[in-house]
Amino acid sequence: MAKRDRLSGNEAVAVAMRQINPDVVAAFPITPSTEVPQYFASFVADGKVDTEFIPVESEHSAMSACIGAQAAGARTITATSANGLALMWEMLYIAASSRLPVTLAAVNRALSGPININNDHSDTMGARDSGWIQLYGENNQEAYDNLIQAVKIGEHPDVMLPVMDCYDGFITSHAVENIELLEDDEVKAFVGEYNPDFYLNDRENPISVGPLDSVSHYFEHKRLQAEAMKNAKKVILEVAAEFEKLTGRKYGLFEEYMMEDAEIAIVVINSTAGTAKEVVKSLRAKGVKAGLIKIRVYRPFPVDEIVKALKKVKALAVLDKCDSFNAAGGPLFTDVTSALYGRADGIKVINYIYGLGGRDVKTDDIEKVYERLADIAKTGSVGEIYNYFGVRE
Amino acid sequence: MSNAVEIRWHGRGGQGAKTASLLLADAAFNTGKYVQGFPEYGPERMGAPITAYNRISDEKITVHSNIYNPQFVVVVDDSLLESVDVTKGLKEDGAIIINTTKSPEEIKSLLKGYSGRIFTIDARKISMECLGKYFPNTPMLAAVVVVSKVMPVEDFIKDMEESYAHKFASKPQVIEGNMAALRRSVTEVRSI
Repeated sequence: MAKRDRLSGNEAVAVAMRQINPDVVAAFPITPSTEVPQYFASFVADGKVDTEFIPVESEHSAMSACIGAQAAGARTITATSANGLALMWEMLYIAASSRLPVTLAAVNRALSGPININNDHSDTMGARDSGWIQLYGENNQEAYDNLIQAVKIGEHPDVMLPVMDCYDGFITSHAVENIELLEDDEVKAFVGEYNPDFYLNDRENPISVGPLDSVSHYFEHKRLQAEAMKNAKKVILEVAAEFEKLTGRKYGLFEEYMMEDAEIAIVVINSTAGTAKEVVKSLRAKGVKAGLIKIRVYRPFPVDEIVKALKKVKALAVLDKCDSFNAAGGPLFTDVTSALYGRADGIKVINYIYGLGGRDVKTDDIEKVYERLADIAKTGSVGEIYNYFGVRE
Repeated sequence: MSNAVEIRWHGRGGQGAKTASLLLADAAFNTGKYVQGFPEYGPERMGAPITAYNRISDEKITVHSNIYNPQFVVVVDDSLLESVDVTKGLKEDGAIIINTTKSPEEIKSLLKGYSGRIFTIDARKISMECLGKYFPNTPMLAAVVVVSKVMPVEDFIKDMEESYAHKFASKPQVIEGNMAALRRSVTEVRSI
């Protein structure tokens, strides 16, 4: 039975971790993710979990400890943000290429510099090609639900990849909102036991993890890693279907909001999607055919599915809470436009960079984006492709 | 969202405005509402101006921006009236609730042309007399429930009693003072 509660995003994720009861948690605190290991450490101290909690001296060590533990056959979870994730960089790639399904609560925060503690997506967007599966969530409920599903997705034999559960720092991590929680035994049954085929502590089948991979095999291993990411899409949907049976909450690769007959649309990630939905609702009330796509699964990127969802749209804006400094557009824009190329040509697409370093995103800002899209749809004239909103110029 | 009550809190770091916004969210949640309680985060330190927010609604709330046009504004420290534009965006049919000992005339002159309803409460006096310490957030929490009518006052008092019993299980001596402060505050909110 679902339990109605009200929790911050970080509390919700810590509760999910308690319910998952992982074998190992290794973490180093950094705002705004600090509360996750903080709450979890209290569960450890109170004997509510059986987890070995490893307080390490840096995020590089946190990810290294996770890799060691997961390689030994332990289910392992950690949490971090911004520069903490940056310090894990080297080890992120090693977790993925060693096919170790570590789970990471990535609480999105602007990457320094300048130093800033508030939300944007520059941290996890930088890790988009590290080989991790990336799930993004709009609110505390999705951060909680995604963490529970992340464990099952990553550990699937056809996948065996690490997974990030990304949600907005402060906006989601520290705001208290309503949430529906699962019972402990429901989560336990849903994630099941972690029984990898190969692990270091298996005396009968000794293996080594992370040795030199020379010219003769390196490429084949990377090819298998790429295949695992392809497989992940199917597994993510299977896990979502099972989760829906349990909770009634439906998850896909992305959420389509009022897209059936949409002529103008935006593609957006995380909490801004919620703010934008309110705008779509009011535009619909005025007869404007506006829609929204909220990306849940950014890695693997749902190319075919997103093309199918967007192909009838006349004008589209892709919103990036992260700049790429390529003088061309943000990472989500690049992925969406390359998906459309040759598959759904003719859609007018523009990009907005917004909300960097926690700049608040108002419904007025989103309204202006839809106004411009309506104008593009009407006139066919695109104008500047690479834009910003909410910044003083 | 259209029927959501939006509240903005102004306080100084250490006065408990953030905690008060979370307690209000808790109390409203317990009456079956959808709630949001969140502070605006920056480099907080004791005494610096801080802002916190509440949305309370019968429907699911999806907006995640700060609040720019609140129905209610709560000012936990009246020294902020000189430095922060506390009535900015405040709806004309809304109200502002201020912790102060200042006269109505003085308050009105500090609110520069604001024509909506004004409520005051002496949270310092109530807190000192009931708790022996200055914790203005408890009286302000009661005041905002009285003025905003987001829930029946009796339900709020009952809910807070249960919440304190749980929160202060290890130091029950503080429960009585907090409850006395809440009850007194309910009757000492003044409209000017």
